[in-house]
Amino acid sequence: MTAQADDELWSAIADPSRRRVLDLLVSHGEVSASWLAGRVPFSRQAVSKHLVVLERAGLISRRKQGREVLYQVEAGRLDQATRAMAELAAQWDRRLGAIKRLAETAHAENERRNRHEP
Amino acid sequence: MPGLMIEREVVIEAPVEVVWRTITEPDQLSQWFADRVELVVEPGAHGFMEFGDQGGPVVVEIVDPPTCFSFRWNYPAGEEPVAGNSMLVEFTLTPEGDERTRLRVVESGHELLGWPDAEKQRYAGEHQGGWGTYLDRLTTLLAKRQSG
Repeated sequence: MTAQADDELWSAIADPSRRRVLDLLVSHGEVSASWLAGRVPFSRQAVSKHLVVLERAGLISRRKQGREVLYQVEAGRLDQATRAMAELAAQWDRRLGAIKRLAETAHAENERRNRHEP
Repeated sequence: MPGLMIEREVVIEAPVEVVWRTITEPDQLSQWFADRVELVVEPGAHGFMEFGDQGGPVVVEIVDPPTCFSFRWNYPAGEEPVAGNSMLVEFTLTPEGDERTRLRVVESGHELLGWPDAEKQRYAGEHQGGWGTYLDRLTTLLAKRQSG
């Protein structure tokens, strides 16, 4: 079952525009909202909204420098998201592995029975 | 299929009919999936899965023997599961000769939980796949920047 915190995380990263913002933060380090707005095809207001969502999901943090507010990626949280994804995938790998064992055992059983009852 | 998607695959040394029975028969389901499964594999059938002290409803979507089986789960009790409040699990079985089957599972819908409808639709229209890869790439990039 997915926890509430994870839902916020998933929906924060799932939006293509927000991923664009996150991309820029990852590749350029600490930057301001106006700097970001100059590099994306959407408005300054949209950038601010996306920053709020990303910050709420814990993916970025802000700090004041003089009159400017600078944003940066929270590496730990990003790493946590990657690991959560990997864990979901690993869960399915375990299930598929169990299906494989069950099906192959059932198949071998059928074969043996068929050989004994021609 | 939009968005976050978990996609895994396994090759099984057994005919497709045997694999089909393994993933759809209730007594088999409880061996690889949940501790207790109450489910009739018919389109639209509602069931229940129990994992330890947790559990939840599940509803069957597509049953097309022996190649397609899908269901929705992880939705709030009392609600009808639809795109946006649940996760969709899709099994695809592909025979590779008489004795071998490729089994693929796709789980999707994580990122749409708790979204307003309008945003969901916009998102589904805009974005196609590649979510897990995106995260991997981002993490790698970040690690590179921090070490360099």
